[in-house]
Amino acid sequence: MFGRHSDLPLAGDATSRFLPWLVALMVFMASMAVAGAFVINEVITRWDRDVSGTLTVQVLPAGGEQAEAATDERVRLAVDVMRKVPGVVAVKAFDKRRTLALLEPWLGSTDVVQDLPLPRLIDVTIDPGARLDLAEVSERLSGAVPGASLDDHRVWLSRLVNLSRTVQWLAVVVVVLIGAVTSATVVYGTRTGMAVHHGIIEVLHLIGAHDDYIARQFADRAFALGIAGGLMGLGMAVPALTAIGWAARRVEGGFLPSLGLPILGYVAIGLLPLLAAGLAMLTARLTVHGTLSRMP
Amino acid sequence: MRHRPRGENIIRFDSVGLRYGLGPEVLQDVTFALPSGSFHFLTGPSGAGKSSLLRLMYLGLRPTRGRVVLFDRDIANTKRYELPALRRRIGVVFQDFRLLDHLTALDNVALPLRVRGVRESEIQKHVPELLAWVGLADQLGAKPSTLSGGQKQRVAIARAVIGRPDLLLADEPTGNVDDHIAMRLMYLFEELNKLGTTIVVATHNELLVQRFAHLPRVHIEHGTVSRIRDSGMGEGN
Repeated sequence: MFGRHSDLPLAGDATSRFLPWLVALMVFMASMAVAGAFVINEVITRWDRDVSGTLTVQVLPAGGEQAEAATDERVRLAVDVMRKVPGVVAVKAFDKRRTLALLEPWLGSTDVVQDLPLPRLIDVTIDPGARLDLAEVSERLSGAVPGASLDDHRVWLSRLVNLSRTVQWLAVVVVVLIGAVTSATVVYGTRTGMAVHHGIIEVLHLIGAHDDYIARQFADRAFALGIAGGLMGLGMAVPALTAIGWAARRVEGGFLPSLGLPILGYVAIGLLPLLAAGLAMLTARLTVHGTLSRMP
Repeated sequence: MRHRPRGENIIRFDSVGLRYGLGPEVLQDVTFALPSGSFHFLTGPSGAGKSSLLRLMYLGLRPTRGRVVLFDRDIANTKRYELPALRRRIGVVFQDFRLLDHLTALDNVALPLRVRGVRESEIQKHVPELLAWVGLADQLGAKPSTLSGGQKQRVAIARAVIGRPDLLLADEPTGNVDDHIAMRLMYLFEELNKLGTTIVVATHNELLVQRFAHLPRVHIEHGTVSRIRDSGMGEGN
């Protein structure tokens, strides 16, 4: 493709100056969107993996004078009920001190809430292959232990997954829009180039050049400009993504899972310059064919 | 080169009319035929329609009405993708040369070969030979902007004949050269004609036409072919 003979002096066109920068910007933005989509996908997968295979039993605190002891009794009963459920691998109750520790990142010092009646939590690990009838288990649990309820995290997770999927689709839409803008710019640049070189194109046409002979020269140029711009964009995106990754690692602690980009994400981002150049080439070729088809 | 038997019509116009956009007809009811292997002058005053007639002949335009048959193909029924093959059988010397200013003389002459996909080794062999033949052996790498009018014209002629066309159309090919070069070019066209190429030279240079008085002429005036003087040609109107 490179080094092929060209009869058209396309190197001096205005397109040659602005197209690489535009493609660079487009590839930069597409890299951000693609990286975002892959990171979100990774996060969803990790949440799903972490949460599936676990259940949480919540036991409301008992009232009365011996509230603490009564709540402990409820927790013990709930643990017994859950241990008897087939498929349950481990049951671990959180004592009040551990429950307070979970609240600490949000409330700061837990001294003020120490005397409040807090619900207690029991972490239940189930065999991932086990087919539990959660409705039946939940009914059995609430029948046996007053104030106990079962949470399999599905409502919470499905809402989070829906939100994440929406963001992912948004990223796809952004990439498609970026492609459309790049194509529109190439169409404009190619038509301008054809108008500027109309005389040369007419001579080539009259000496028997097929439309594709002329279209190929515009397409080759668009590819070369696209790949140059794409590599510039990639050169800008890599340090930006590295910086975002570094900043994300500093805020991860407990709130977010690790925000790593999978290998496939790196491959996809690495291919963006080639895709942008291919899109520019195809668009230029089709534009030239469309315009030449109106010549006699 | 696929020269046809001499005498068969290589090009035929039947009641051809041409107008640009919504303007008046610049060619009206043009009817004539040119036999293969012939050599004609196309004469007429400036603005008579010579260039428009040539544009129809080299397929730069389609007629508004009437029928143009070229190499036995009715142009009205010829698909667009089939036209390049017909155009490759035609060499054109444009009045304003239409050389590509950013290319050297060698690359300009090589264009018809490159569009046909001829190997670069062949191009590098034949193009310098032809340029030497038209007296430009020392100008292979020169850009048109550094060439004189006559040199440009010879490059344009070399580009028109490099593909050994069946039909050579030249629009005022001697307009920018002195008498000596003009005669050399005419002799070059005669040589090509002897090799079988059908030649049409558009000119309003009466002196040149008289010097080659043995050649037939198609005369056009006010957009109509008014007179054809040729023993072997079809009828005019």
